[in-house]
Amino acid sequence: MRGSWFLPAASFLGFAFLYIPILSLIIYSFNDSQLVTVWGGFSTRWYGELLNDAQILGAAWISLKVGVLSATIATVIGTLAAFVLTRFGRFRGRLLMTGMVTAPLVMPEVLIGLSLLLLFVSMELALGWPSERGMVTVVIAHSTFCAAYVAVIAQSRLRDMDDSLEEAARDLGAGPVRVFFDITLPVIAPALVSGWLLAFTLSLDDLVIASFVSGPGASTLPMVIFSKVRLGVSPDVNALATLIILIVAVAVSVAGWVLYRQSKRG
Amino acid sequence: MSSQAQPAVAADLRPWTDPDATPFISVKGVSKRFGTFTAVSDVSLDIYRGEVFCLLGGSGCGKTTLLRMLAGFESPTEGKILIDGKDMANVPADRRPTNMMFQSYALFPHMSVEKNVAYGLLREGKSKPEAMDRVAQMLKLVKLEPYAKRKPHQLSGGQRQRVALARALVKQPKVLLLDEPLGALDKKLREETQFELIRIQETLGVTFIVVTHDQEEAMTLATRIGVMTEGEIRQIGEPREIYESPNSRFVADFIGSVNLFEGTVASLNGAQAVVDTADLGPVTTTAPEGVSVGQTVTLAIRPERFALTRAAPAEGTPNTCRAMVRDMGYGGHISSYRLKLGNGRIVSATQSNRLRDEDPIMWDEEISITFPPPVVRVLTR
Amino acid sequence: MSAGALDRAGAGRFALPLPLKITFGLLVLLAAAGAVLLPQNAALLLGGLVAAVLVAFGLGRAAGISDRWLVIAIPMLWLFVFFLVPFLVLGRISLSEAMIARPPYSPLFEQGADGWEYAGSFGNYQFLAEDPLYASAYISSIRIAATSTLLALLIGYPLAYFIARSPEPRRSILLLLVILPFWTSFLLRVYAWIGLLRRDGVINGFLMWTGIIDQPLVMLQTDFAVYLGIVYTYLPFMILPLYANLVKLDGALLEAASDLGASPILTFFTVTLPLSLPGIIAGSMLVFIPAIGEFVIPALLGGPDTLMIGRVLWDEFFSARDWPVASAVAIVMLFLVVVPIMWLQSVQNRQEGAQ
Repeated sequence: MRGSWFLPAASFLGFAFLYIPILSLIIYSFNDSQLVTVWGGFSTRWYGELLNDAQILGAAWISLKVGVLSATIATVIGTLAAFVLTRFGRFRGRLLMTGMVTAPLVMPEVLIGLSLLLLFVSMELALGWPSERGMVTVVIAHSTFCAAYVAVIAQSRLRDMDDSLEEAARDLGAGPVRVFFDITLPVIAPALVSGWLLAFTLSLDDLVIASFVSGPGASTLPMVIFSKVRLGVSPDVNALATLIILIVAVAVSVAGWVLYRQSKRG
Repeated sequence: MSSQAQPAVAADLRPWTDPDATPFISVKGVSKRFGTFTAVSDVSLDIYRGEVFCLLGGSGCGKTTLLRMLAGFESPTEGKILIDGKDMANVPADRRPTNMMFQSYALFPHMSVEKNVAYGLLREGKSKPEAMDRVAQMLKLVKLEPYAKRKPHQLSGGQRQRVALARALVKQPKVLLLDEPLGALDKKLREETQFELIRIQETLGVTFIVVTHDQEEAMTLATRIGVMTEGEIRQIGEPREIYESPNSRFVADFIGSVNLFEGTVASLNGAQAVVDTADLGPVTTTAPEGVSVGQTVTLAIRPERFALTRAAPAEGTPNTCRAMVRDMGYGGHISSYRLKLGNGRIVSATQSNRLRDEDPIMWDEEISITFPPPVVRVLTR
Repeated sequence: MSAGALDRAGAGRFALPLPLKITFGLLVLLAAAGAVLLPQNAALLLGGLVAAVLVAFGLGRAAGISDRWLVIAIPMLWLFVFFLVPFLVLGRISLSEAMIARPPYSPLFEQGADGWEYAGSFGNYQFLAEDPLYASAYISSIRIAATSTLLALLIGYPLAYFIARSPEPRRSILLLLVILPFWTSFLLRVYAWIGLLRRDGVINGFLMWTGIIDQPLVMLQTDFAVYLGIVYTYLPFMILPLYANLVKLDGALLEAASDLGASPILTFFTVTLPLSLPGIIAGSMLVFIPAIGEFVIPALLGGPDTLMIGRVLWDEFFSARDWPVASAVAIVMLFLVVVPIMWLQSVQNRQEGAQ
């Protein structure tokens, strides 16, 4: 369409648009100069400063814990939701569940964050729990919206899976619980791994929801970064970004490899 | 060959001819509705121990639903199913004495061949060494011993089919349910596998219930066939019976090809009847019981039953008429013809090519066709 | 855990009585993870959850409720309590008044002379309607979101088309390249644009070095920067549904059209574009809906006069500490996004139905 040069050229520009900002982050993380435009020579000085920044390291540790916990809870809830929606046929409340699983995917974060905070405050008033906001509330909030993403991934895998695999196991004498652990779970495991990874990254990345539901002493990494960069460019954030990009690249490669293996075995 | 001549043998090999035989599986007035759609409608059927019973029908005729009700994946809306005298109503799939071979084979992709086959035995609580012994025997029977450690995706289609069979048979079920067992194989492999299936069935003596849309497959495998359409069983019978004595226009038309002619019964003399038809003139035939003069009936004649001759048959031969050859197709072992009758009606006929140097009947020849009374079947439905 | 590791786990279970082992294994694992990772209250929470589920199953079985309903109940209850109920609370607080107290809003029912009296009012909504700031913030949010969506469509469509028409394995690699940025930190990717766009940033430096301009352009803290940020962030959301749609387009249709005499451009407008409409709608909604409530992008890239409703809500909450007004702003925003969400849902349902 429209001449043979148009599509490749447009696509090249599109990919450049996607990757130039990331590349510039990486390059300038090795810039010795404090000023962004001035190249002050190659240096790993910002990485050194990063490693001595107790605030960032503390926040990173909190984010990591929140991420692991949220991703795990989200995977359990998301998988159950997906299983119920794909395998249980019609049941009362199905429509409600479908809605609650899809809505968090598109719901603006400020809405999720504010409404959850107000829930926690009301719960504290009514039940005395949670007595203060912090890691627990962030984990609950992240588990909830990440569960929706896991559910989408798990649902598509469960739909693709041959129904007769589970029937065959029933036929050979396994009860429903047994079938779930022996057949369903191993077959959809690769999808759950990528679902977990996605939930983990989303949790690690979230600024808005965490800002609402977190409390004193539980600032996550994005919250600290945001307070730093709101005032302008800060070179140690460049270094941090480069590290995060590296970790993500490795994680995505692993997930891609798992999925590739899965697709090869058919 | 009457059944009284060899009663013992006949009753043993063909228990359905013996009114006192106890059926092994009884389906009694079973219906299945999904919402407003009726998948299976009031089906009753008896199957005997050691049979290979084929449910034959087009897609959506309800045959798979019936099979799934036997396996316990669907429960009947009405009616009941008895296996070996026990009502299956509240028995879940994992407690039934049946095993199923799925159309997609449904081999567990994350388990080796050996573990796939052992899965059912371990669910019975067999110890691992005992299970592995049985698995080894079973793999030997289906000739898959060298592949025990492979994963399903490392096998060919035919090998997967045999794993699925082994997995379903290893539990020594009373009944094996097979859903289109040969459907995913190519033609040549299918023919070999048919005989292999029969060999295994005879070795183990398990009752087979096979669902298929392929009439040749049903004819070759089955002791009896149930022809299904729109959720109903239209006829149950041995393959020969279904082909030679269809009980309705539907069955006659569904199995093989057939020429159907409308007519009215002109006279009756005992079992002998003369039917007036617009296409063939008066046709002499044997009428089934209950036919009366003046009744509208359908005559069914298989294409291979017409005798085609250049010369007119001897004077006084019943059931003959002249036709023009409109079209002729050479098909190797047979030649098929499209013949135009006097009133313009086209009928199809085949002739086997028995001699190499025969002078075959060709286009535009005028010939005589003869159909002796025994080859004409009178259908009232 | 890789699929291979799972296989080995399966092999290990092969001859063992599973449910007991698995249950204990899980409990031990959770306890260990809790001890290592968690502050005490979180460990308690997690332990409580597991215990609650086990007790529920036990009680349920004793009461004759089928396991099926309990399996439904776990995700249902969680999502109900932590996703749906919060919106009810939001609605309830939007009817209160701000107070200097803990919590900083008035109760909905007050102890009056004769029993409890309903004290809610639509005052906050009236306030939103009367102050032009809010109306213009909503309108400006819609305008910015719509413009960005259009730009994302114009950039994303050729890209999606190019990927969909590429041969394997290049197609998978290109697709991965589109998804990859989505996995890296969103906040950091927005932040990267500050370095590119600012007065002494990379772009200005490059343009001045080549001599195209001699004065630095003002790009940061403008609406333009916000458009750029939104398009950049949400481009994968536009490309993926478009790709999923275009890859299913039968190449024979295009050949048929050209065989019947249509030029490539005519073919595109008469065949490709109409058939890809569901993808266009899905992609556009996936960009438009979150963009309306966007906070980070206008906060980092926008100027002081870039009005977006997410930012107004944030300021109302964190700076003015007026929870009830913030709630009212949120409820109005909710109504604003519900229509496109419903539309998206119906398009997706139709697509699923068609498959």
